[in-house]
Amino acid sequence: MLKGVKLASVLAVASLALAACGSSGETAESAAPTEAAAPTVKVGMAYDQDGKGDGSFNDAAFAGLSKAQTDLGVEIKEVNSGAGATDAAREELLTLLADGGYNPVIAIGFAYSTALAAVAPKFPGTTFAIVDSVVDSPNVGSLIFAAEQGSYLTGVIAASASKSGHIGFIGGMEIDLIKAFEAGYNEGARSVNADIIIDSKYMGPAGDNTAWNVPEKAKTATDGMIANGADVIYAAAGGSGLGMFQSVKAAGAGYWAIGVDSDQYTVPALAEYKDFILTSMLKRVDVAVYDVIAAVVNGAPLVGIQAFDLSKEGVGYSASNSAVAEYAAAADAAAAKIASGEVVVGTKVE
Amino acid sequence: MNFRRLATSLVAPAIGLVVSLAATAVILISIDASVTVIFSSMWNYGTSPRAMTLMLNLATVYFLSALAVSIGFKMNLFNIGVNGQYILGSLAAAVVASNLQLPKVASITVTILTAMLVGAAWAGIAAWLKVARGVSEVISTIMLNFIAIGIISYLIVRTSIGTETGVNIRGTKLIPESGMLRGNAFIDPETKVYGFLFISIFVGIGYWFLLNRTRFGFDLRATGKSASAARTSGVQSTRMIVTTMLLSGAVAGLVGLPYLLGQTGSYNLQFPTEWGFIGIAIALLGRNNPVGIAFGAIFVAFLDVSSGQLVLEGVPREISTIMQGLIVIVVVISYEVVRRNQVKSEQRSVARALAKQEVSA
Repeated sequence: MLKGVKLASVLAVASLALAACGSSGETAESAAPTEAAAPTVKVGMAYDQDGKGDGSFNDAAFAGLSKAQTDLGVEIKEVNSGAGATDAAREELLTLLADGGYNPVIAIGFAYSTALAAVAPKFPGTTFAIVDSVVDSPNVGSLIFAAEQGSYLTGVIAASASKSGHIGFIGGMEIDLIKAFEAGYNEGARSVNADIIIDSKYMGPAGDNTAWNVPEKAKTATDGMIANGADVIYAAAGGSGLGMFQSVKAAGAGYWAIGVDSDQYTVPALAEYKDFILTSMLKRVDVAVYDVIAAVVNGAPLVGIQAFDLSKEGVGYSASNSAVAEYAAAADAAAAKIASGEVVVGTKVE
Repeated sequence: MNFRRLATSLVAPAIGLVVSLAATAVILISIDASVTVIFSSMWNYGTSPRAMTLMLNLATVYFLSALAVSIGFKMNLFNIGVNGQYILGSLAAAVVASNLQLPKVASITVTILTAMLVGAAWAGIAAWLKVARGVSEVISTIMLNFIAIGIISYLIVRTSIGTETGVNIRGTKLIPESGMLRGNAFIDPETKVYGFLFISIFVGIGYWFLLNRTRFGFDLRATGKSASAARTSGVQSTRMIVTTMLLSGAVAGLVGLPYLLGQTGSYNLQFPTEWGFIGIAIALLGRNNPVGIAFGAIFVAFLDVSSGQLVLEGVPREISTIMQGLIVIVVVISYEVVRRNQVKSEQRSVARALAKQEVSA
C-alpha cells in the first residue's frame, strides 16, 4: 500500500489496456457457461506481480500472445496478480478466467504453481499451461526452458567479445531458476577463455520479491563491475536489467550489455540503449505460449511436461545487433555441440 | 459529549470515503473508463460469496497487522518492523508446526505461542536498542526487516529447513493436517473462511481490554499522551517502551498465521512480505480503535479483492491501490479538520459562557 503509487505509469498503462480491451461492462456472473462453446478461442493469460512492461520475461509471453491474436484470430484477456499477491489471490484470478470461459488459461511464472495445482482439477474441460514450473494435472501443460543452454551461448559470446578478459553477471532473485542462467553463462565463457574473471551479483536474496524491480541497484552493481575492469555484462534480472543497460551506456563504446528472455535490442522501451546491447539470451516463452494456444485452436492441447531447449529452439541468442556477427560462428558451434549432446550444460554454479 | 465524539469519529471516515470515491472517479474518467460500470462491477463482484470469503480472510491478516502497529502508536512508538516480525514468526511457526504430532488444539496453541515469541523477540531487539542505545525504533525496525528477509532466505535456501516443495519453489516442510486451521466454508460452498478469523477477534477483544481496563493500559496511554507527565506520576518509561514493543511484536508474530495455517501450510519464498505496511495505513484509518481497525481492514481487503475483478475489466489493479492511498490521506486530514473545528466550537462556547458571566456580574 505504501509502495510507490506510480500514477503516471498507471495512467499510461491504463490507457493502453483500455485501448486494447475497450471498457467491456461484462461481469463474471453474466458470463454464462455456454460461452465456452463459442467458436472463437478465448485465451486468458495471468502474469505474476506487475506483469507486462519488464521488456523481458513477461513481455516475451505477451509477444506470443499477440502473435496468436493476429495469426489465429483468438480473443485475449490479460490479468496480473499485483505485488505481494497471496496464493488465494492467484487462485481467484485463474478461477475467474476459467469461469469466464477462457481456454486455454496460461499462467506466467512459477509463482502460480500452487494456485494452479488447486484450480486445474476444478476445470477439467479447460486447458491450462504454466511457465517455469511443473503442475501434475492431466489438463496442464508445464513449459520448462533450458535457460542454462541459451546462457552458455551468451557466455561464449561474452568471453569472445571481452577485451579485458573480465565479464559480469547480474542476477535477479538468488534462486535455482536464475542460478541456472549464471551456471550456463560461466561454463560457456570458460569454454572460450579458461582464465576469464567473472563477477556475479544478485539483486536480492531468495524471497525478496523486490529483486526483479530495482534497476538503481543493478546500475550500481554494474558500475562496480565496470570499475573493476569488466567490459561485458549479462543480466538475468527482469525489470532490474534496465540498470545494467544504463550503466553500460554511461561507460560508453567498448562496453557491452547482454539482455535476457526477450530480444531486448528490439524492445521499444530500451531503444536508447540498443547500440550497447550486443545480444540477448532468448528464452522463447513467446514460442511456448503460441504453441499452447495453437494446440488448443487445433483441438489437440499440449499437456504434460513440454521441455523447450536448444534442439527445439526454445532457447537461443539474438542476432539483431549486427555487431554480434563476429562471434556468431563460435556461438553456433557451441549450440551444435549442445544440441548433439556433446556438451551437457550444468545448472549449478560451482 | 459522547454523542458528539461518536459523530466526529464517523464524519471523518465518511468524508474520506466520499472524497476518495470522487477522486477515483476523476482518475477513471481521465483514462476513459466507465465509472458506473467499474464501480458497479467492483460492488457486484465484491459482494459475491466467494469474494466475501476472500475478503474476510485477507481482512483477518490486515486486522492483526494493524493491531500490532497501533499498540505502538498508542505510546508514540512507530513499529515499522511488523514485516520482519511476522515473517520470522511465520517461518518459526511453520518449522515448529511441521514437526509436531499433537492433537489439533495443542498443536495450534504451540504454533501460536512460537509465532508470538519470535515476533516479540525480534521487536525486542529494537526495544533494547532504543532504551539502551537511544536508537530510534523507526530506523532499527526498518533495518531489522531487511535482516529478517536475509535470515529467512539463508535458512530456506542453504539449510535443511528449506526443501523443494515444487519446481522452483522452496519452502518449509508441509504442516500436517492436524496442525492446520483451514476453517469452514460457511459463506461460499467451495472457499473456506480461515479458522484464524475467530482467534483474531479474540486478539482484538484482548487488545481493547488491555488498553482500556488494566493499569498497564492506562500507563501506556498516559505515556503516549505525555511522557513527562507519566514519568512524574511514577511510570517507568524504559519498562513501558520494552513491554510495548514486545507486545506489538508478539501480535505482529501472528500476522502471517491465518494464511500459513489456512492456506499454504508451508513458509515458502513466495510468502508475502509487506503486510506490515498495510497495517500502518489501517491503524491510521481505524484511529487505533479495534472496531475502527476491523472496519478499515475489511474495507482495504474489499478493495484488494475486487481489484482482481478490475484487471478482468481491463482496468489496472493499481486503481484500487490509489483508492486506498487516497482514503488514508483524506481520512487523516479530515480527522484533523474535524478536531480543529471541534476545538474552535468548544472555545467559542466557553467564551460565550464567560461573556455571559461578565455581563451578569
